[in-house]
Amino acid sequence: MTDVDQTFGVYVHWPFCAQKCPYCDFNSHVRFGGWDEARFLAAYKREIDWVAERIGPRTVTSIFFGGGTPSLMQAHTVASIIEHIAKRWGVAPDAEITLEANPGSVEAGRFRGFREAGVNRVSIGVQSLRDQELRKLGRIHSVAEAKAALEIARGTFERFSFDLIYARPGQTAEAWRAELAEALDLAGDHLSLYQLTIEPDTPYAALHAAGKLIIPDDHDASALYEITEEMTGERGLAAYEVSNYARPGSESRHNLLYWRYGEYAGVGPGAHGRILIGNTRTATVAERNPEAWAARVEEAGHGFTEMTTLAREEQADEMLLMGLRLSEGIDLGRLAVLGGARPSRPVITELEDLGLLQSAVDRAPDTSGKSGNSGNWRRNELDEIVACAGPGLRPETGAPGPDRIRVTPQGRLVLNAVVAKLSKSFQSPERVDNLRSAG
Amino acid sequence: MTAISHIRNFSIIAHIDHGKSTLSDRLIQLCGNVSNREMKEQILDSMDIERERGITIKAQTVRLDYRAKNGELYQLNLMDTPGHVDFAYEVSRSLAACEGAILVVDASQGVEAQTLANVYQALDNNLEILPVLNKIDLPAADEDRVKQQIEDVIGIDASGAIGVSAKSGLNVEAVLEAVVERLPPPKGDPKKPLKAMLIDSWYDAYLGVIVLARVIDGTLKKGQRVKLMATDGSYQVERVGIFRPKQEMLEQLGPGEVGFFTAAIKEVADTRVGDTITDEKNPTAEALPGFKPAQPVVFCGLFPVDAADFEDLREAMGRLRLNDASFSFETESSAALGFGFRCGFLGLLHLEIITERLEREFNLDLITTAPSVIYHLHMNDGSIIEMHNPADMPEISKIDHIEEPWIEATILVPDDYLGAVLKLCQDRRGRQKQLTYAGSRAMVVYELPLNEVVFDFYDRLKSVSRGYASFDYHIKNYEEGDLVKLSILVNSEPVDALSIIVHRARAESRGRSMCEKLKELIPPHLFQIPIQAAIGAKVIARETIKALRKDVLAKCYGGDISRKRKLLDKQKAGKKKMREFGKVEIPQEAFINALKMDDN
Repeated sequence: MTDVDQTFGVYVHWPFCAQKCPYCDFNSHVRFGGWDEARFLAAYKREIDWVAERIGPRTVTSIFFGGGTPSLMQAHTVASIIEHIAKRWGVAPDAEITLEANPGSVEAGRFRGFREAGVNRVSIGVQSLRDQELRKLGRIHSVAEAKAALEIARGTFERFSFDLIYARPGQTAEAWRAELAEALDLAGDHLSLYQLTIEPDTPYAALHAAGKLIIPDDHDASALYEITEEMTGERGLAAYEVSNYARPGSESRHNLLYWRYGEYAGVGPGAHGRILIGNTRTATVAERNPEAWAARVEEAGHGFTEMTTLAREEQADEMLLMGLRLSEGIDLGRLAVLGGARPSRPVITELEDLGLLQSAVDRAPDTSGKSGNSGNWRRNELDEIVACAGPGLRPETGAPGPDRIRVTPQGRLVLNAVVAKLSKSFQSPERVDNLRSAG
Repeated sequence: MTAISHIRNFSIIAHIDHGKSTLSDRLIQLCGNVSNREMKEQILDSMDIERERGITIKAQTVRLDYRAKNGELYQLNLMDTPGHVDFAYEVSRSLAACEGAILVVDASQGVEAQTLANVYQALDNNLEILPVLNKIDLPAADEDRVKQQIEDVIGIDASGAIGVSAKSGLNVEAVLEAVVERLPPPKGDPKKPLKAMLIDSWYDAYLGVIVLARVIDGTLKKGQRVKLMATDGSYQVERVGIFRPKQEMLEQLGPGEVGFFTAAIKEVADTRVGDTITDEKNPTAEALPGFKPAQPVVFCGLFPVDAADFEDLREAMGRLRLNDASFSFETESSAALGFGFRCGFLGLLHLEIITERLEREFNLDLITTAPSVIYHLHMNDGSIIEMHNPADMPEISKIDHIEEPWIEATILVPDDYLGAVLKLCQDRRGRQKQLTYAGSRAMVVYELPLNEVVFDFYDRLKSVSRGYASFDYHIKNYEEGDLVKLSILVNSEPVDALSIIVHRARAESRGRSMCEKLKELIPPHLFQIPIQAAIGAKVIARETIKALRKDVLAKCYGGDISRKRKLLDKQKAGKKKMREFGKVEIPQEAFINALKMDDN
C-alpha cells in the first residue's frame, strides 16, 4: 500500500446508541423499543450493492464501523456486512477492519464474536479515566468498566485504540497530566485525544451559551495540547494527525484514507462518502433518520439524499483541509492534478516565516505507515528546490513551489486559519506557468 | 389665474416626529386633492430614505384649492421644506418663497432646537408664524405649558395657537381657515419683468431637470426664453405646471404663484437653489438677495469594498449628483483602500444619506473613512492651502499655523441631562456662550470646533441625553488651533485611511481610543500585530493584538468533509469583507468604527 489512490475504504454507520451524550453531534439515535436488526442488515447490503454497481470493482483496504454505538450490533450482523463487502468488491488480505465500541457494551463474548466476524481493530470510547468526569460527560460507563474493556480488547484484537476527551470544564494542566499518564500506561499503539468542542445544537451548546459550561480558553487549551504532544511523544506515540497519536506504523489506516483524500464509500444512515464514478469525485450524504434511511433503501436501493459532483476547487479545498491535519502534510503535485490549484509561494513563505508551515522537496511520502515523517523537510529552500530539481521531476520552467507542505505542531493549533489562508491564495498551476513563460 | 389676494404661500416648520408630514397629508386630503385610496402615507416625502427617516431632503410643493368659510376660493401653496440643519440654506430659500409658516409643536414634547433654528429663519424672512399644537389628544399633552414655552423661547404670541390632532384629523380644518385669515397674501406686479426664485430642482428621467420656482413679479410662460442669473444660463421654457401633488400642466405662472418648469436643462448642477430666474430679453434689474452657492463642509473618502466595483461607484455617484449638486466627488487613491473617491457634503446627515443611497439604491458595499472638515493651512511662504484630507498634509516644517472651522451650536435639553451635555461639549473643546432655562428645559449655546462634531457628536449627544437633546448649528468662523496629524500604524505601517487631524491636547486620548478600538475590531492573526498611534515619528499610544493561539481542534465525524469545507467557505467569505493591508486583514467597518469615542 503505497499510494492513496490505490486504497478504497468502506464506512458503515450504525446509528443507535443506548443513550445520547450531551456533547455529541454525531448522527446517533436512541430507540427504547429496540430496532429491527434484520431489516437494517438487509438495507446495508442493498446500499452496498447499489454503490458497487455505480463505481465498479475495487479492492477494499479498510472497513470502519462507526456510529452511534456499533458495539451494540450483533456479531453476526457485523459478519454479514463484512462478508457482503467482500462478495461485492473483495477485501485485501491485510485490510484494516475497525469497530467503535463503548466500554459499557463490552463483554468478552461479544468481542470474540466481532473478532470472528473479521474485525481486527477496535476503537473504544473511554473518554475519561475519572468517574466524576464520565458522569459529567453523560457517559453511562465507569472507569472500571473502561479498563476491563481495554483488557478484553488487548486480549482479543491485534490492534486497539481508545478515545479520551480533554480540555474539559475546569480541567487543570496537572489533572490532565495525571490522567494522560494513566492513559498512556493503558494504551496500545494508538490513541485518539480530542479536545472538547462545543458543537451547535447539542445540550452542551445551550449550557455553554447560558454561561453554565465554561471550557478552557484558547490559551489554556493550547497549553493542554502541548502537554499532550509532549507526553505522547515521550512514549513513542507520534502526533500523526491533529488529535491522533500512534506508534509509527500503527496509524488508523481507514482514517488516513480520509485525511489523504482517498476514495471511500459511506453506507448507513447519515453516512458521508467520497466515491469515484468514472473519474468524477462524488460526495454522497445519506438520510440521517435510521428508519427513514432504511425505507429509502428499500424503495430506491440507496438512502442517499445528496450525490454531488465535486468541482475541482472544492476538491482542492477538501484535500487541503484534510491533508494538513496530518503531520505528513500534502503532496502539492497531487493537489495540482486533483484540484487544479497551488497555494501561492509568498503565502507559503509567509507561513514558514511564522513557524507554522514547512515545505520540502520530497518524493511521494512513505505511506507504508512509518509515520510519514521521513521527508526532507526544510524551511525557506524554495530557490534551492528550483535549482536542484531534476528534469524528470517537474517542467523545465521549474516548479512554482515545493513538492510538499505540512503544518508544524504550532501551526496545527491554528490549522483553520492556515488552511483558509492557503486556500485563499490558490492559483491554478496553468496560470502560474503562464506567468512564468511571460516573465 | 387666481387673484393675488387669494393666494397663500406657506410652509410647515416642525421637529422630526412632531407631525409635519401627517399634518400636510391631512391638509391635502381636506382640500380633496387625493383620494384615500391614492393616499400613500406621507405623500410629500417620496424618497424611501426620506420616508424612513421622517425627514425631507428635497423641497416639494403642492397646490391646494380651498373653499373657505367666507365662500371664496383660495389657492394655497404648501411648501414642504428640507428639515435638517445640513440643509439650512435650502430651508432658508424655501422659506423666502413663502409669506407665512405653520409652526407645528408636539403638545407634549415642546419646542426643539431644530424647530427653533427654522423659526428664526422664518422670522428673518419676515414670515407670519401660525403656531399649531399637535397631538393634543395624547394623555401627555399640555397645551398651556407648550404655549408658554413658545412665547418664552421663541418670543412670538402663542395665544392664538390652534390645537389639533393631525393623526385623527381633529380640528385640522381650523388650520386652513387660519391660513386664509391670518397669513398675508403675496405681493407682486404682473407688469414688471419676470423675477422668480429657484426654490429647488431635481432630475427626472423623462423631462430632464425640473425646476421649482416662485414667481415674484411678471409671468413665467411656456415658450419664454429665461435666464438663470447666477449661472448665466439661458433656456427656453418647455413646460410650466404645478403639483397637486400630481403634475398638472399650465400655460403660465403669475406673481405670487409657485410651480415648476422644464427647459431642457441637462444637469441639476446648472440650477442653483436661491438663484433668480428672469426673462432673457427683458431682464429684471436686480437679482434676489440671499443667494449663496452650495459649499461642502464635511469630507470623507468612499471606497468600494470590492475594488472591482470602482467604476460602478463612479457611475452611481454621477447619477446621484444629477439630482444633488451640493454633493461633490473626485478620485482618491489610498494605500490602504485602493481607488475610491473623496467626497464633499453639506453636513453629516447629508453624508449619511448619500452613502446610504449608494449602498441601497445601487447595491454597493462601501468603506467610509473619517469625516474631515476643511482646514486652512497658512504656509511659511504666505500661501494658504485648503486641506480636507489628512493624507494631503504637507511637511509640518512648512506650515506656519493651521486654522479650523468653528460652529455655534444650540442645544435644548431637559434639566436631568444638562450635566452630561455640558461635559460632552467641554470634552469636545467647547466654549459655553449661553445657558438659559425655559421651564425644565435648558438651552445652551456653545462654540465648538467643527472637527470635534463631524464624527459622532450627534450620536453621543443623543446617547448622553437618552435622545432628549436636540441640536442645531451653523458655521461661525475659522480660528487658529494647535492641530496635529495623528497617524495610525498597523503592524508598523501607517494606514493612510485611518489618519486624522486632531487638536494636540486631544491627540493622546484619541490615539489611545483608536488603538483600543482597532484591537477589538481587527481579529487575531497568525502573528502578533502592534497598533500604534503617532504624531510624526513619536508614538503616543500602543496596543498589541496577540497572535491567534488556537482555533478549533475538532474531531472529524465519519468522513464528513463537506461540513468542514462549508466552514472553510464561510471563513473565506468572511475574508472577502476584509481589506488586506500588508499582511493584515482589516474589516471594512473598522475604518469608521475605530473613530468612535466613548467620552468616558
